[in-house]
Amino acid sequence: MSDLPTVPAAPAEAAMPRRAGGRVRVTGTDRIFLTLMVAVPTIMVVCWVWLPAIASVVLSFARWSGVGGLDTIQWIGTENYKNVFTNYPPFAPALRHNLVWLVFLFVLPTLFGMLLAVLLDRELRGTRFYQTAMFLPVVLSLALIGFIWQLIYSRDQGLLNAVLHTQIDWYGDSRWNLWAVLVAAGWKHAGYIMLLYLAGLKGVDPSLREAAAVDGASPAKTFFSVVFPVMRPINIIIIVVTVIESLRAFDIVWVINKGTNGLELISTLVTSNVVGEASRIGFGSALATIMLLISLVFITIFLSTVMRGERR
Amino acid sequence: MSSATTVTRPPATGAATAKARRRLSPARVALYVFVTLTALAWLFPVVWALLNSFRDYNYVSAHGYVSFGGFTLQNYVHAWQQGDFTRHFLNSLIITVPAVLLTLFLASCVAFVVARYSFRFNLVLLGLFTAANLLPQQALLIPLFRAYRSIPLPLWMSDSGQLLDSYWGLILVNVAFQTGFCAFVLSNYMKALPHEMYEAARVDGAGVGTQFFRITLPLCRPALAALATLQVTWIYNEFFWATVLMQSGSKFPITSSLNNLRGQFFTDYNLLSAGSILVAIPVLVVFFLLQKQFVAGLTLGSTKG
Repeated sequence: MSDLPTVPAAPAEAAMPRRAGGRVRVTGTDRIFLTLMVAVPTIMVVCWVWLPAIASVVLSFARWSGVGGLDTIQWIGTENYKNVFTNYPPFAPALRHNLVWLVFLFVLPTLFGMLLAVLLDRELRGTRFYQTAMFLPVVLSLALIGFIWQLIYSRDQGLLNAVLHTQIDWYGDSRWNLWAVLVAAGWKHAGYIMLLYLAGLKGVDPSLREAAAVDGASPAKTFFSVVFPVMRPINIIIIVVTVIESLRAFDIVWVINKGTNGLELISTLVTSNVVGEASRIGFGSALATIMLLISLVFITIFLSTVMRGERR
Repeated sequence: MSSATTVTRPPATGAATAKARRRLSPARVALYVFVTLTALAWLFPVVWALLNSFRDYNYVSAHGYVSFGGFTLQNYVHAWQQGDFTRHFLNSLIITVPAVLLTLFLASCVAFVVARYSFRFNLVLLGLFTAANLLPQQALLIPLFRAYRSIPLPLWMSDSGQLLDSYWGLILVNVAFQTGFCAFVLSNYMKALPHEMYEAARVDGAGVGTQFFRITLPLCRPALAALATLQVTWIYNEFFWATVLMQSGSKFPITSSLNNLRGQFFTDYNLLSAGSILVAIPVLVVFFLLQKQFVAGLTLGSTKG
């Protein structure tokens, strides 16, 4: 992991020669070539991501079955939003589940992952084994994780019921299934956070710690008053990753029961409103727009953090 | 730090290691126990699946699974046949390989321009790309789904006659979503490349094309390898777009075909284990052989910034 020149620590980065404003004259075919190099990917991202995002917002003010042409769209103002908030029973649980998802991911797997990264950053023997073990679920898809944990959660054959001598259908019982799913999702998330944080810790200038040690600070004190503040960019990235992950959560729930019966999430509601038999485009778009707004807040935070690093 | 301390003391990290080796304080023992237990707990679900995938359903039903024996390979054979895995693995291959290649190529293009030429909107451009990578896909589903249904494709490209339910549509959506992350990582990497090399090339009369293909891309090989590993894993694992944009069951890549296997697999514990392990094999290869690359790709994007 360290022999690739790919995890540049911030100080080393700053020492590298930077071409801040060095403008190069470009002419003729080169100009066309460069334009194409930017234009083709940009057009793709605009067409596949940004236009649909805008269209979601626009369509949220409409009523449309999606079957006819664009002239069959009726504009109905904010009625879809009114319906979402007042007349759509699954919305409140879905919002609550997303929030529980976020709080859970943050309080348990995220903090646990950070803790492990800090522990593994010390000179432990066999640290590679520990890292590898935590890393295992990170390569698995959440859909597959849903499958693998069914072996533990199944009512009749699952390990958990055998150990606890219970008869609970962990994925099916709406009192338990959200928590069961969260444990499975947290299994992956903790490993992911551990990796990100460990990489960040490795980039911290060792002389900072040495200085603190010389001053007689305990390891805990060193971490909280020296290392943690330096890690600010990584801390923000981890918060954003956790928020976005909880907002995007979909795969594991969809593969279990398509987001019903205690596992409703905003993402599954949007999907059910479009791909189901009754396609309610305007209504689904209102839900999508709500998602979009929440995510944009955090994306802005993320980008401003990253960009500040860029300009440095 | 003053130079006096560095001269009189050995480097602090070395001293810490030596000290740690010498005495094993109770706190340190507790630390080892804690991380060992955590590591074992983390490995457990996959090991459990692996173990059960080799056991016979009837034997386990009769003896309980805290028994020993009834080992078989039949679960794999059945899982492969019932899941139609040949078809779905092939689909994953058809989608993943072109998507990863195209993503890396387009991302390199953007990154090259952003890193080498100070166009006015570099940051805006990068922001546009990176933000796209973070938007929740479901928020874009509705217009994209509708557009895919109304964009026709000739029958030789897609037997559905439209972008919906075609490999093309799925490949393109993956490319559009992954390019941002790769462009971001690659542009940081390219900015750190030695500047003099380009000067020399320009003096020799090398155009933009030569600079890109002959100098930049070869130098970016480590970053490209790391990103390729990451992208293969991510696109192979991609679930949402394949679930909604593919309509016929025979076109699902392996990960989204899990949707249809649930009914068959969730009733037979051992079949489920074998099926899960089969689906996991490609990413387990990444895990065991390309771990370094994967981690590098992941941390490349986050440590910077």
